[in-house]
Amino acid sequence: MNYFRLLAAFFRVSVTTELAYRLNFVWQLFQTLLSLGVSLAGLGIIFSYTDSLGGWRPDEILALVGVYFLVGGLIGLFIQPAMEQFIESVRDGSLDFALTKPEDSQLLVSIRQVDIWRLIDIILGIVVLIVALVRLGEKVGLLQAGAFVLMLIAGGIIVYSFFLILATLSFWLVRVENILTIFQSMYEAGRWPISLYPGWLRYGLTFVIPVAFATTVPAEALTGRLNWYTLLGAVALAILLFAASRAFWQFGLRRYSGASA
Amino acid sequence: MKALAELYLQQFKTTLATMFQYRAALLIWMIGQVLEPLIYLIVWSIVSKASGGSIGDYTTTDFASYFIVLMLVNQFSYTWIMYEFEYRIREGILSFALLKPVHPIHSDIADNVSSKIITLPAMTLIAIALAFGFHATISPPLWAIALFIPVLLLAFLLRFLLEWTLAQAAFWTTRISAINQTYFVLMLFLSGQLAPLTLLPVPVQIAANILPFQWMIGFPVELLLGRLTPVEAITGLGAQLGWIVGGYVLLRLVWRYGVRNYSAVGQ
Repeated sequence: MNYFRLLAAFFRVSVTTELAYRLNFVWQLFQTLLSLGVSLAGLGIIFSYTDSLGGWRPDEILALVGVYFLVGGLIGLFIQPAMEQFIESVRDGSLDFALTKPEDSQLLVSIRQVDIWRLIDIILGIVVLIVALVRLGEKVGLLQAGAFVLMLIAGGIIVYSFFLILATLSFWLVRVENILTIFQSMYEAGRWPISLYPGWLRYGLTFVIPVAFATTVPAEALTGRLNWYTLLGAVALAILLFAASRAFWQFGLRRYSGASA
Repeated sequence: MKALAELYLQQFKTTLATMFQYRAALLIWMIGQVLEPLIYLIVWSIVSKASGGSIGDYTTTDFASYFIVLMLVNQFSYTWIMYEFEYRIREGILSFALLKPVHPIHSDIADNVSSKIITLPAMTLIAIALAFGFHATISPPLWAIALFIPVLLLAFLLRFLLEWTLAQAAFWTTRISAINQTYFVLMLFLSGQLAPLTLLPVPVQIAANILPFQWMIGFPVELLLGRLTPVEAITGLGAQLGWIVGGYVLLRLVWRYGVRNYSAVGQ
Protein backbone atom coordinates (compact mmCIF):
# COMPACT_ATOMS: atom_id res chain seq x y z
CA MET A 1 0.00 0.00 0.00
CA ASN A 2 2.99 2.17 0.64
CA TYR A 3 3.64 2.08 -3.09
CA PHE A 4 0.30 3.67 -3.90
CA ARG A 5 0.62 6.32 -1.22
CA LEU A 6 4.02 7.34 -2.61
CA LEU A 7 2.76 7.24 -6.16
CA ALA A 8 -0.17 9.47 -5.24
CA ALA A 9 2.20 11.91 -3.57
CA PHE A 10 4.50 12.14 -6.59
CA PHE A 11 1.49 12.43 -8.85
CA ARG A 12 0.14 15.33 -6.80
CA VAL A 13 3.49 17.12 -7.03
CA SER A 14 3.56 16.67 -10.82
CA VAL A 15 0.01 17.95 -11.19
CA THR A 16 0.77 21.05 -9.14
CA THR A 17 3.92 21.77 -11.13
CA GLU A 18 2.34 21.13 -14.52
CA LEU A 19 -0.79 23.16 -13.86
CA ALA A 20 1.42 26.22 -14.15
CA TYR A 21 1.84 25.27 -17.80
CA ARG A 22 -1.77 24.68 -18.71
CA LEU A 23 -1.23 25.36 -22.38
CA ASN A 24 0.72 22.08 -22.52
CA PHE A 25 -2.63 20.34 -22.17
CA VAL A 26 -3.89 21.85 -25.43
CA TRP A 27 -0.69 20.91 -27.26
CA GLN A 28 -0.67 17.34 -26.01
CA LEU A 29 -4.34 17.04 -26.94
CA PHE A 30 -3.55 18.37 -30.42
CA GLN A 31 -0.67 15.94 -30.91
CA THR A 32 -2.58 12.92 -29.63
CA LEU A 33 -5.61 13.73 -31.79
CA LEU A 34 -3.34 14.17 -34.81
CA SER A 35 -1.66 10.84 -34.17
CA LEU A 36 -5.02 9.13 -33.68
CA GLY A 37 -6.35 10.76 -36.84
CA VAL A 38 -3.39 9.40 -38.80
CA SER A 39 -4.04 5.90 -37.49
CA LEU A 40 -7.72 6.02 -38.37
CA ALA A 41 -7.20 7.58 -41.81
CA GLY A 42 -4.52 5.00 -42.61
CA LEU A 43 -6.87 2.21 -41.57
CA GLY A 44 -9.63 3.79 -43.64
CA ILE A 45 -7.46 3.71 -46.75
CA ILE A 46 -6.28 0.14 -46.19
CA PHE A 47 -9.74 -1.20 -45.42
CA SER A 48 -11.15 0.46 -48.53
CA TYR A 49 -9.26 -2.26 -50.42
CA THR A 50 -9.91 -5.25 -48.17
CA ASP A 51 -12.28 -6.30 -45.38
CA SER A 52 -9.83 -8.23 -43.24
CA LEU A 53 -6.13 -7.94 -42.52
CA GLY A 54 -4.42 -11.20 -41.67
CA GLY A 55 -7.72 -12.46 -40.25
CA TRP A 56 -8.43 -9.29 -38.25
CA ARG A 57 -11.62 -7.42 -39.12
CA PRO A 58 -11.71 -3.58 -39.10
CA ASP A 59 -13.34 -3.31 -35.68
CA GLU A 60 -10.82 -5.71 -34.18
CA ILE A 61 -7.95 -3.63 -35.58
CA LEU A 62 -9.72 -0.59 -34.13
CA ALA A 63 -9.61 -2.29 -30.72
CA LEU A 64 -5.88 -2.84 -31.27
CA VAL A 65 -5.44 0.87 -32.03
CA GLY A 66 -7.23 1.63 -28.74
CA VAL A 67 -4.85 -0.69 -26.88
CA TYR A 68 -1.90 0.90 -28.70
CA PHE A 69 -2.84 4.36 -27.43
CA LEU A 70 -3.79 3.15 -23.96
CA VAL A 71 -0.52 1.27 -23.40
CA GLY A 72 1.55 3.95 -25.16
CA GLY A 73 -0.01 6.49 -22.79
CA LEU A 74 0.76 4.35 -19.74
CA ILE A 75 4.39 4.00 -20.82
CA GLY A 76 4.63 7.74 -21.52
CA LEU A 77 2.93 8.60 -18.23
CA PHE A 78 4.98 6.45 -15.84
CA ILE A 79 7.77 4.35 -17.28
CA GLN A 80 9.49 6.57 -19.83
CA PRO A 81 9.83 9.79 -17.78
CA ALA A 82 10.94 7.92 -14.67
CA MET A 83 13.59 5.94 -16.52
CA GLU A 84 14.84 9.01 -18.38
CA GLN A 85 15.21 10.88 -15.13
CA PHE A 86 16.95 7.92 -13.53
CA ILE A 87 19.54 7.70 -16.34
CA GLU A 88 20.15 11.43 -16.04
CA SER A 89 20.55 11.12 -12.27
CA VAL A 90 23.24 8.45 -12.64
CA ARG A 91 25.13 10.78 -14.95
CA ASP A 92 24.98 13.85 -12.73
CA GLY A 93 25.13 12.01 -9.43
CA SER A 94 21.77 13.13 -8.06
CA LEU A 95 20.81 9.48 -7.63
CA ASP A 96 22.48 9.88 -4.21
CA PHE A 97 19.37 11.65 -2.95
CA ALA A 98 17.12 8.74 -3.90
CA LEU A 99 19.47 6.19 -2.35
CA THR A 100 19.58 7.91 1.01
CA LYS A 101 15.80 7.89 1.41
CA PRO A 102 14.35 5.23 3.73
CA GLU A 103 12.45 3.53 0.92
CA ASP A 104 13.29 0.93 -1.68
CA SER A 105 15.48 2.65 -4.27
CA GLN A 106 14.06 0.82 -7.28
CA LEU A 107 10.55 1.79 -6.22
CA LEU A 108 11.58 5.42 -5.77
CA VAL A 109 13.28 5.87 -9.13
CA SER A 110 10.38 4.13 -10.85
CA ILE A 111 7.69 6.53 -9.66
CA ARG A 112 9.21 9.86 -8.79
CA GLN A 113 8.65 11.36 -12.26
CA VAL A 114 5.36 11.30 -14.19
CA ASP A 115 4.24 13.12 -17.33
CA ILE A 116 0.60 13.83 -16.51
CA TRP A 117 -0.43 15.11 -19.95
CA ARG A 118 -0.03 11.60 -21.34
CA LEU A 119 -3.27 10.85 -19.47
CA ILE A 120 -4.87 12.22 -22.65
CA ASP A 121 -3.51 9.28 -24.63
CA ILE A 122 -4.89 6.89 -22.04
CA ILE A 123 -8.35 8.47 -22.08
CA LEU A 124 -8.53 8.62 -25.89
CA GLY A 125 -7.25 5.04 -26.08
CA ILE A 126 -10.04 3.92 -23.77
CA VAL A 127 -12.61 5.84 -25.83
CA VAL A 128 -11.44 4.14 -29.03
CA LEU A 129 -11.47 0.81 -27.24
CA ILE A 130 -15.05 1.32 -26.07
CA VAL A 131 -16.19 2.34 -29.56
CA ALA A 132 -14.54 -0.77 -30.99
CA LEU A 133 -16.13 -2.99 -28.31
CA VAL A 134 -19.60 -1.59 -28.92
CA ARG A 135 -19.21 -2.25 -32.63
CA LEU A 136 -17.92 -5.75 -31.99
CA GLY A 137 -21.14 -6.40 -30.06
CA GLU A 138 -21.81 -9.26 -27.71
CA LYS A 139 -18.78 -11.28 -28.75
CA VAL A 140 -16.75 -9.92 -25.87
CA GLY A 141 -17.66 -11.95 -22.79
CA LEU A 142 -16.60 -11.74 -19.18
CA LEU A 143 -13.84 -14.30 -19.81
CA GLN A 144 -12.29 -12.17 -22.57
CA ALA A 145 -12.52 -9.01 -20.47
CA GLY A 146 -10.79 -10.76 -17.58
CA ALA A 147 -8.05 -12.13 -19.86
CA PHE A 148 -7.64 -8.65 -21.35
CA VAL A 149 -7.03 -7.01 -17.97
CA LEU A 150 -4.65 -9.79 -16.97
CA MET A 151 -2.67 -9.45 -20.21
CA LEU A 152 -2.60 -5.66 -19.86
CA ILE A 153 -1.03 -6.03 -16.41
CA ALA A 154 1.41 -8.70 -17.61
CA GLY A 155 2.34 -6.57 -20.63
CA GLY A 156 2.87 -3.53 -18.40
CA ILE A 157 5.18 -5.48 -16.09
CA ILE A 158 7.13 -6.90 -19.04
CA VAL A 159 7.63 -3.46 -20.60
CA TYR A 160 8.57 -1.93 -17.23
CA SER A 161 11.14 -4.68 -16.55
CA PHE A 162 12.55 -4.26 -20.04
CA PHE A 163 12.96 -0.50 -19.55
CA LEU A 164 14.51 -1.04 -16.11
CA ILE A 165 17.09 -3.48 -17.49
CA LEU A 166 18.05 -1.01 -20.25
CA ALA A 167 18.20 1.89 -17.81
CA THR A 168 20.27 -0.11 -15.30
CA LEU A 169 22.94 -0.41 -17.99
CA SER A 170 23.69 3.25 -17.27
CA PHE A 171 25.60 2.15 -14.15
CA TRP A 172 28.24 0.82 -16.54
CA LEU A 173 27.82 2.88 -19.69
CA VAL A 174 26.72 6.24 -18.20
CA ARG A 175 25.59 7.72 -21.54
CA VAL A 176 22.63 5.57 -22.53
CA GLU A 177 19.76 8.08 -22.91
CA ASN A 178 19.38 7.03 -26.52
CA ILE A 179 18.85 3.43 -25.59
CA LEU A 180 15.27 4.05 -24.50
CA THR A 181 14.28 5.37 -27.92
CA ILE A 182 14.80 1.88 -29.31
CA PHE A 183 11.55 0.83 -27.70
CA GLN A 184 9.72 3.89 -29.01
CA SER A 185 10.76 3.31 -32.60
CA MET A 186 9.88 -0.39 -32.37
CA TYR A 187 6.57 0.41 -30.64
CA GLU A 188 5.30 1.81 -33.96
CA ALA A 189 5.17 -1.78 -35.16
CA GLY A 190 2.61 -2.50 -32.42
CA ARG A 191 -0.07 -0.55 -34.31
CA TRP A 192 -0.59 -3.72 -36.33
CA PRO A 193 -1.08 -7.34 -35.21
CA ILE A 194 2.35 -8.89 -34.73
CA SER A 195 1.13 -12.00 -36.57
CA LEU A 196 1.29 -10.06 -39.86
CA TYR A 197 5.06 -9.85 -39.75
CA PRO A 198 7.53 -12.42 -41.13
CA GLY A 199 9.05 -14.83 -38.59
CA TRP A 200 12.30 -13.04 -37.74
CA LEU A 201 10.55 -9.73 -37.10
CA ARG A 202 7.80 -11.45 -35.09
CA TYR A 203 10.36 -13.12 -32.82
CA GLY A 204 12.30 -9.88 -32.49
CA LEU A 205 9.17 -7.98 -31.46
CA THR A 206 8.19 -10.70 -28.99
CA PHE A 207 11.39 -11.78 -27.29
CA VAL A 208 14.05 -9.13 -28.00
CA ILE A 209 11.93 -5.98 -27.69
CA PRO A 210 8.64 -7.04 -26.12
CA VAL A 211 6.23 -4.92 -28.18
CA ALA A 212 3.96 -7.91 -28.81
CA PHE A 213 3.10 -8.26 -25.12
CA ALA A 214 2.28 -4.56 -24.89
CA THR A 215 -0.31 -4.35 -27.68
CA THR A 216 -1.06 -7.46 -29.72
CA VAL A 217 -1.47 -9.92 -26.84
CA PRO A 218 -4.00 -7.79 -24.88
CA ALA A 219 -5.91 -7.13 -28.11
CA GLU A 220 -5.88 -10.86 -28.87
CA ALA A 221 -7.30 -11.53 -25.43
CA LEU A 222 -10.11 -9.06 -26.06
CA THR A 223 -11.03 -10.47 -29.46
CA GLY A 224 -10.99 -14.08 -28.25
CA ARG A 225 -7.85 -15.12 -30.14
CA LEU A 226 -5.70 -15.92 -27.15
CA ASN A 227 -4.85 -19.54 -26.38
CA TRP A 228 -3.91 -20.79 -22.94
CA TYR A 229 -0.25 -21.20 -23.87
CA THR A 230 0.20 -17.53 -24.72
CA LEU A 231 -1.75 -16.47 -21.64
CA LEU A 232 0.30 -18.59 -19.25
CA GLY A 233 3.48 -17.77 -21.15
CA ALA A 234 2.87 -14.02 -20.79
CA VAL A 235 2.20 -14.34 -17.05
CA ALA A 236 5.31 -16.52 -16.57
CA LEU A 237 7.46 -14.11 -18.59
CA ALA A 238 6.17 -11.14 -16.59
CA ILE A 239 7.13 -12.80 -13.29
CA LEU A 240 10.47 -14.01 -14.61
CA LEU A 241 11.46 -10.73 -16.23
CA PHE A 242 10.41 -8.73 -13.17
CA ALA A 243 12.58 -10.91 -10.93
CA ALA A 244 15.48 -10.71 -13.39
CA SER A 245 15.28 -6.93 -13.69
CA ARG A 246 15.13 -6.61 -9.90
CA ALA A 247 18.24 -8.78 -9.52
CA PHE A 248 20.02 -6.85 -12.26
CA TRP A 249 19.11 -3.56 -10.60
CA GLN A 250 20.60 -4.65 -7.28
CA PHE A 251 23.68 -5.97 -9.03
CA GLY A 252 24.09 -2.67 -10.91
CA LEU A 253 23.50 -0.56 -7.82
CA ARG A 254 26.67 -1.99 -6.26
CA ARG A 255 28.61 -0.45 -9.16
CA TYR A 256 27.27 3.01 -8.45
CA SER A 257 29.74 5.25 -6.66
CA GLY A 258 28.15 8.66 -7.16
CA ALA A 259 29.33 11.34 -9.55
CA SER A 260 28.93 14.54 -7.60
CA ALA A 261 31.36 13.99 -4.74
CA MET B 1 34.93 29.76 -52.71
CA LYS B 2 38.14 28.22 -51.42
CA ALA B 3 37.22 29.14 -47.87
CA LEU B 4 33.85 27.48 -48.32
CA ALA B 5 35.45 24.29 -49.62
CA GLU B 6 37.68 24.21 -46.56
CA LEU B 7 34.69 24.70 -44.31
CA TYR B 8 32.90 21.77 -45.94
CA LEU B 9 35.97 19.55 -45.60
CA GLN B 10 36.40 20.44 -41.94
CA GLN B 11 32.72 19.84 -41.23
CA PHE B 12 32.98 16.44 -42.92
CA LYS B 13 35.78 15.46 -40.58
CA THR B 14 33.99 16.74 -37.50
CA THR B 15 30.75 14.99 -38.38
CA LEU B 16 32.48 11.70 -39.16
CA ALA B 17 34.22 11.81 -35.79
CA THR B 18 30.94 12.58 -33.99
CA MET B 19 29.09 9.84 -35.85
CA PHE B 20 31.60 7.22 -34.76
CA GLN B 21 31.29 8.51 -31.22
CA TYR B 22 27.51 7.97 -31.27
CA ARG B 23 27.38 4.64 -33.10
CA ALA B 24 24.53 3.31 -30.97
CA ALA B 25 22.37 6.38 -31.57
CA LEU B 26 23.00 6.07 -35.28
CA LEU B 27 22.00 2.41 -35.26
CA ILE B 28 18.76 3.10 -33.40
CA TRP B 29 17.94 5.94 -35.81
CA MET B 30 18.50 3.60 -38.75
CA ILE B 31 16.27 0.92 -37.28
CA GLY B 32 13.47 3.47 -37.26
CA GLN B 33 14.21 4.49 -40.85
CA VAL B 34 13.96 0.84 -41.96
CA LEU B 35 11.04 -0.20 -39.82
CA GLU B 36 8.44 2.29 -41.04
CA PRO B 37 8.58 1.48 -44.76
CA LEU B 38 8.97 -2.18 -43.88
CA ILE B 39 5.71 -2.17 -41.91
CA TYR B 40 3.81 -0.56 -44.79
CA LEU B 41 5.46 -2.99 -47.22
CA ILE B 42 4.19 -5.93 -45.17
CA VAL B 43 0.71 -4.51 -44.62
CA TRP B 44 0.17 -3.64 -48.30
CA SER B 45 1.59 -7.00 -49.43
CA ILE B 46 -0.95 -8.79 -47.24
CA VAL B 47 -3.80 -6.62 -48.51
CA SER B 48 -2.66 -7.23 -52.08
CA LYS B 49 -2.46 -11.01 -51.60
CA ALA B 50 -5.91 -11.04 -50.00
CA SER B 51 -7.43 -9.27 -52.99
CA GLY B 52 -6.05 -11.64 -55.60
CA GLY B 53 -2.44 -10.53 -56.05
CA SER B 54 -2.77 -6.87 -56.96
CA ILE B 55 -4.36 -3.53 -56.05
CA GLY B 56 -4.77 -0.93 -58.76
CA ASP B 57 -1.67 -1.28 -60.92
CA TYR B 58 0.49 -2.62 -58.08
CA THR B 59 1.12 -6.36 -57.72
CA THR B 60 2.34 -7.83 -54.43
CA THR B 61 5.99 -7.70 -55.50
CA ASP B 62 5.49 -4.17 -56.88
CA PHE B 63 4.61 -3.08 -53.36
CA ALA B 64 7.84 -4.63 -52.11
CA SER B 65 9.88 -2.82 -54.79
CA TYR B 66 8.04 0.44 -54.09
CA PHE B 67 8.70 0.50 -50.36
CA ILE B 68 12.30 -0.73 -50.62
CA VAL B 69 13.18 2.01 -53.12
CA LEU B 70 11.25 4.46 -50.94
CA MET B 71 13.37 3.44 -47.95
CA LEU B 72 16.52 4.39 -49.88
CA VAL B 73 15.13 7.63 -51.31
CA ASN B 74 13.94 8.64 -47.86
CA GLN B 75 17.31 7.83 -46.33
CA PHE B 76 18.98 9.89 -49.04
CA SER B 77 16.85 12.98 -48.51
CA TYR B 78 16.02 13.10 -44.77
CA THR B 79 17.31 15.81 -42.45
CA TRP B 80 17.14 16.14 -38.66
CA ILE B 81 17.53 19.88 -38.78
CA MET B 82 14.11 20.50 -37.26
CA TYR B 83 15.13 18.93 -33.96
CA GLU B 84 18.59 20.43 -34.12
CA PHE B 85 17.50 24.00 -34.71
CA GLU B 86 15.12 24.11 -31.80
CA TYR B 87 17.91 22.93 -29.50
CA ARG B 88 20.30 25.55 -30.91
CA ILE B 89 17.91 28.39 -30.26
CA ARG B 90 16.76 27.13 -26.88
CA GLU B 91 20.32 26.69 -25.62
CA GLY B 92 21.68 29.80 -27.33
CA ILE B 93 24.21 27.82 -29.36
CA LEU B 94 23.10 29.63 -32.50
CA SER B 95 25.00 32.67 -31.29
CA PHE B 96 28.31 30.97 -32.11
CA ALA B 97 27.18 30.10 -35.62
CA LEU B 98 26.10 33.70 -36.19
CA LEU B 99 29.56 34.96 -35.30
CA LYS B 100 31.13 33.03 -38.15
CA PRO B 101 31.56 34.84 -41.45
CA VAL B 102 29.57 32.24 -43.43
CA HIS B 103 25.88 31.41 -43.51
CA PRO B 104 25.14 28.61 -41.01
CA ILE B 105 23.34 26.58 -43.69
CA HIS B 106 26.70 25.52 -45.15
CA SER B 107 27.87 23.61 -42.12
CA ASP B 108 24.41 22.00 -41.91
CA ILE B 109 24.62 20.79 -45.51
CA ALA B 110 28.12 19.42 -44.95
CA ASP B 111 26.99 17.75 -41.73
CA ASN B 112 23.96 16.17 -43.40
CA VAL B 113 25.92 14.89 -46.39
CA SER B 114 28.67 13.35 -44.29
CA SER B 115 26.19 11.56 -42.04
CA LYS B 116 24.74 9.99 -45.17
CA ILE B 117 28.11 8.85 -46.44
CA ILE B 118 28.17 6.60 -43.38
CA THR B 119 24.56 5.45 -43.32
CA LEU B 120 23.88 4.92 -47.03
CA PRO B 121 26.14 1.87 -47.58
CA ALA B 122 24.53 0.13 -44.61
CA MET B 123 21.05 1.05 -45.84
CA THR B 124 21.86 -0.22 -49.32
CA LEU B 125 22.89 -3.58 -47.87
CA ILE B 126 19.66 -3.75 -45.86
CA ALA B 127 17.67 -2.84 -48.98
CA ILE B 128 19.38 -5.56 -51.03
CA ALA B 129 18.70 -8.14 -48.32
CA LEU B 130 15.05 -7.09 -48.17
CA ALA B 131 14.79 -7.14 -51.97
CA PHE B 132 15.91 -10.78 -51.94
CA GLY B 133 13.59 -11.63 -49.07
CA PHE B 134 10.52 -10.10 -50.72
CA HIS B 135 11.47 -10.97 -54.33
CA ALA B 136 11.46 -7.32 -55.32
CA THR B 137 12.76 -6.37 -58.74
CA ILE B 138 12.95 -3.15 -60.71
CA SER B 139 13.36 -2.80 -64.46
CA PRO B 140 13.31 0.90 -65.35
CA PRO B 141 14.09 2.11 -68.88
CA LEU B 142 17.57 3.55 -69.35
CA TRP B 143 16.43 7.17 -69.61
CA ALA B 144 14.69 6.83 -66.24
CA ILE B 145 17.88 5.59 -64.60
CA ALA B 146 19.81 8.50 -66.11
CA LEU B 147 17.22 10.99 -64.94
CA PHE B 148 16.98 9.42 -61.49
CA ILE B 149 20.33 10.79 -60.30
CA PRO B 150 19.54 14.50 -60.85
CA VAL B 151 15.97 13.96 -59.63
CA LEU B 152 17.27 12.39 -56.42
CA LEU B 153 19.70 15.25 -55.85
CA LEU B 154 16.94 17.80 -56.45
CA ALA B 155 14.68 15.90 -54.05
CA PHE B 156 17.38 16.16 -51.41
CA LEU B 157 17.90 19.86 -52.08
CA LEU B 158 14.17 20.59 -51.96
CA ARG B 159 13.65 18.70 -48.72
CA PHE B 160 16.67 20.36 -47.18
CA LEU B 161 15.52 23.88 -48.10
CA LEU B 162 12.00 23.21 -46.91
CA GLU B 163 12.91 21.62 -43.61
CA TRP B 164 15.62 24.18 -42.90
CA THR B 165 13.03 26.93 -43.42
CA LEU B 166 10.47 25.15 -41.28
CA ALA B 167 13.05 24.62 -38.54
CA GLN B 168 13.25 28.39 -38.16
CA ALA B 169 9.78 28.38 -36.68
CA ALA B 170 11.81 27.94 -33.50
CA PHE B 171 12.65 31.65 -33.70
CA TRP B 172 9.03 32.49 -32.94
CA THR B 173 7.64 29.62 -30.87
CA THR B 174 8.80 26.91 -28.49
CA ARG B 175 6.03 24.51 -29.60
CA ILE B 176 8.22 22.91 -32.19
CA SER B 177 7.18 19.32 -31.62
CA ALA B 178 3.57 20.14 -32.59
CA ILE B 179 4.73 21.84 -35.79
CA ASN B 180 7.06 18.95 -36.61
CA GLN B 181 4.36 16.39 -36.03
CA THR B 182 1.94 18.24 -38.31
CA TYR B 183 4.64 18.33 -40.98
CA PHE B 184 5.31 14.59 -40.64
CA VAL B 185 1.62 13.80 -40.96
CA LEU B 186 1.37 15.80 -44.19
CA MET B 187 4.53 14.09 -45.36
CA LEU B 188 3.16 10.63 -44.57
CA PHE B 189 -0.02 11.07 -46.59
CA LEU B 190 1.12 13.38 -49.39
CA SER B 191 4.63 12.13 -50.17
CA GLY B 192 3.80 8.49 -50.85
CA GLN B 193 5.21 7.12 -47.59
CA LEU B 194 1.90 5.57 -46.52
CA ALA B 195 1.00 4.12 -49.90
CA PRO B 196 1.65 4.80 -53.59
CA LEU B 197 -0.25 8.02 -54.29
CA THR B 198 -2.36 6.47 -57.05
CA LEU B 199 -4.04 4.29 -54.40
CA LEU B 200 -5.14 7.25 -52.28
CA PRO B 201 -8.47 9.09 -52.68
CA VAL B 202 -8.57 11.59 -55.56
CA PRO B 203 -8.67 14.76 -53.36
CA VAL B 204 -5.46 13.58 -51.64
CA GLN B 205 -3.84 13.03 -55.03
CA ILE B 206 -4.77 16.53 -56.17
CA ALA B 207 -3.37 18.03 -52.98
CA ALA B 208 -0.21 15.97 -53.46
CA ASN B 209 0.26 17.34 -56.96
CA ILE B 210 0.00 20.91 -55.77
CA LEU B 211 2.11 20.61 -52.61
CA PRO B 212 5.87 19.93 -52.50
CA PHE B 213 5.83 16.64 -50.57
CA GLN B 214 5.58 14.04 -53.33
CA TRP B 215 8.38 15.71 -55.30
CA MET B 216 10.72 14.90 -52.41
CA ILE B 217 9.93 11.17 -52.15
CA GLY B 218 7.14 9.63 -54.21
CA PHE B 219 8.25 11.09 -57.54
CA PRO B 220 11.87 9.77 -57.50
CA VAL B 221 10.59 6.38 -56.33
CA GLU B 222 8.04 6.04 -59.13
CA LEU B 223 10.64 7.22 -61.65
CA LEU B 224 13.10 4.49 -60.68
CA LEU B 225 10.34 1.88 -60.72
CA GLY B 226 9.74 2.79 -64.38
CA ARG B 227 6.15 3.86 -63.71
CA LEU B 228 6.36 7.32 -65.29
CA THR B 229 6.08 8.40 -68.91
CA PRO B 230 8.79 10.80 -70.17
CA VAL B 231 6.24 13.63 -70.08
CA GLU B 232 5.33 12.89 -66.45
CA ALA B 233 9.03 12.74 -65.57
CA ILE B 234 9.73 16.14 -67.14
CA THR B 235 6.67 17.65 -65.46
CA GLY B 236 7.91 16.31 -62.14
CA LEU B 237 11.36 17.73 -62.73
CA GLY B 238 9.74 21.11 -63.46
CA ALA B 239 7.74 20.90 -60.23
CA GLN B 240 10.92 20.13 -58.30
CA LEU B 241 12.75 23.10 -59.80
CA GLY B 242 9.80 25.41 -59.22
CA TRP B 243 9.53 24.39 -55.57
CA ILE B 244 13.27 24.73 -55.07
CA VAL B 245 13.16 28.34 -56.30
CA GLY B 246 10.13 29.00 -54.10
CA GLY B 247 11.80 27.29 -51.15
CA TYR B 248 14.97 29.32 -51.61
CA VAL B 249 13.12 32.64 -51.65
CA LEU B 250 11.14 31.60 -48.58
CA LEU B 251 14.29 30.55 -46.77
CA ARG B 252 16.00 33.90 -47.37
CA LEU B 253 12.93 35.76 -46.23
CA VAL B 254 12.27 33.74 -43.10
CA TRP B 255 15.94 33.76 -42.12
CA ARG B 256 16.13 37.55 -42.41
CA TYR B 257 13.19 38.15 -40.12
CA GLY B 258 13.94 35.18 -37.87
CA VAL B 259 17.47 36.24 -37.00
CA ARG B 260 16.20 39.69 -36.05
CA ASN B 261 13.79 38.02 -33.73
CA TYR B 262 16.51 36.00 -32.05
CA SER B 263 17.77 37.17 -28.71
CA ALA B 264 20.39 34.78 -27.44
CA VAL B 265 19.23 32.60 -24.60
CA GLY B 266 21.57 30.65 -22.37
CA GLN B 267 25.05 31.54 -21.31
